[in-house]
Amino acid sequence: MPDLAGTRDYFGKTLVELGNENPNIVVLDADLSSSTRTSMFRKAYPDRFFNAGIAEQNCIGMAAGLANLGKIVFASSFAMFITGRAWEQIRNSVSYAYLNVKIAATHAGITVGEDGASHQALEDIAIMRVIPEMRVLVPADAIEAGQMIRSAAEMPGPFYIRMSRGNTPLVFNSIEYQYEYGKSKVIREGEDVAIMATGIMVYLALEAANELQKENIKVSVVNISSIKPIDEETIIQVAKKTRAIVTAEEHSVFGGLGSAVAEVLCQHCPVPIEMLGIQGVFGESGKPDELLIKHHLTTEGIIDKVKKVLKRK
Amino acid sequence: MITKTEVHNIMKYSCLIRRHILEMTLIAKSGHPGGSLSMTDIISTLYFYWLKIDPKKPLWEERDYFVLAKGHASPALYSAMAERGFFPVSYLKTLRQLGTGLQGHPDKRRLPGIEMSTGSLGQGLSIMVGISMGLKLDKKPNRVFGVLGDGECQEGQVWEAAMSAAHYNCSNLTIFIDKNNLQIDGTTDEIMSIDPIGKKFESFGWNVLTIDGHNILEIVSALEKAENETKKPTVIVANTVKGKGVSFMEHQLCFHGSPCTDEEFCIAEKELKNALGEITCQI
Repeated sequence: MPDLAGTRDYFGKTLVELGNENPNIVVLDADLSSSTRTSMFRKAYPDRFFNAGIAEQNCIGMAAGLANLGKIVFASSFAMFITGRAWEQIRNSVSYAYLNVKIAATHAGITVGEDGASHQALEDIAIMRVIPEMRVLVPADAIEAGQMIRSAAEMPGPFYIRMSRGNTPLVFNSIEYQYEYGKSKVIREGEDVAIMATGIMVYLALEAANELQKENIKVSVVNISSIKPIDEETIIQVAKKTRAIVTAEEHSVFGGLGSAVAEVLCQHCPVPIEMLGIQGVFGESGKPDELLIKHHLTTEGIIDKVKKVLKRK
Repeated sequence: MITKTEVHNIMKYSCLIRRHILEMTLIAKSGHPGGSLSMTDIISTLYFYWLKIDPKKPLWEERDYFVLAKGHASPALYSAMAERGFFPVSYLKTLRQLGTGLQGHPDKRRLPGIEMSTGSLGQGLSIMVGISMGLKLDKKPNRVFGVLGDGECQEGQVWEAAMSAAHYNCSNLTIFIDKNNLQIDGTTDEIMSIDPIGKKFESFGWNVLTIDGHNILEIVSALEKAENETKKPTVIVANTVKGKGVSFMEHQLCFHGSPCTDEEFCIAEKELKNALGEITCQI
């Protein structure tokens, strides 16, 4: 069994470190600080923590006001509510004014589990990446989440960072891994086909690649943690080499990673693409693992897509 | 105490701003003159008497922060900024044209001196609350001012922000409600009643003052009272007239989002010239 860790826990921990290093960091939440882990910052720096209550639109507006004053602002809540309820505030009050607001959301995707469809954001990548100036990042694991949060704090302008509820397998080694803004890294080389994955699907993509190796299918795995800006160069390079792509995301197949990769490849290197994701439906209650199986977001699900795309190659 | 000359000086600028509003929207063939005219006396009092601002240093650390929540009244704000020296008065003619800093609704990235980009109603107050909380956190004496439309108060976010301003004791925050009682589809009473607006804010924990929004002495006196308030945010409910200052535009819904014609402009210009003449005699 791999080591597990929570992206949200590393987010909370990194916020506290940043708060210690920089008095200009402030954090807002909308009554979910214990779930998003901004509670760690709240306890360490109560003066610099503002709870908006259950009011995401005002949360984003206040974040914009604080950023307008020169603060580095993290605004946090569940992915569903902060991106959905406050979409227009994010567009008009944050991105349009190019303010230094980092929207760090947890509980994204179907692995929210038991709370059901109302809480499972499967559209957030799509609705965030269409906003001009907004950067959209999805860490593959907790190690990357921590480094990503730190990098976002050091860069001006708006960010959306998408994290999970549950503890997820560690893909990277905390000592060796070095996150690089805007880059997608090839974390496994193979010339037959490439799996381009984001978030929790990266670990599963590596597992699928190992399984496929047994059948002598050589698979590249690319961690696309930066959905916007998208690393066109790496994506085109890998597509030219493998000539067959599978995208994998815990998000709707409409408008998410698959779409972003297709937008690049259809213009620069048209090759067959199979998209694994939620097929444009709502989620439901269930254990995270059960839901992943139901929607084929599994090692087997990825393998099926790989075989399908290889037939089209 | 404000002197008579200072009051007349503000009134003089109101006349100039009103003329600019009509002219710039006429040239642009679009824009919102009605709600710009209703808040003119408020904006001229702020820009020519009350606000601590420096047109040469728009990002001056010690400045007061002004946010125009009702961004469609940008012609009033732009005119005040031009007369105050943020940019040449001649630039007002570029309103709404391709490439201008004078966007249909204020854009802080295109025009130095605009504190915050606005236009989508209901979002401005949250911004003001954020700025106010940040100033308090840094223990800075700067103050935050803003103008909201009365129709704008139909947006739910205004009340989220109102709740938070009281919760975080934003006593450095003063807002005006430009209560001209008209919105695009009709009177606020017909479309969606907001009254009693003062009582609503009061129950949300605000210091509430009600004034005639065209009486300079009342505007100044309310600003003084707001400054002395040490616990609560202050809302100044300013009863105003849409289209104020031009006889045929007053209380008229049609001038909410449409400029006057060339002929109407000539009449309006004469009226404003006469008004300016009377004021200038007294300075």
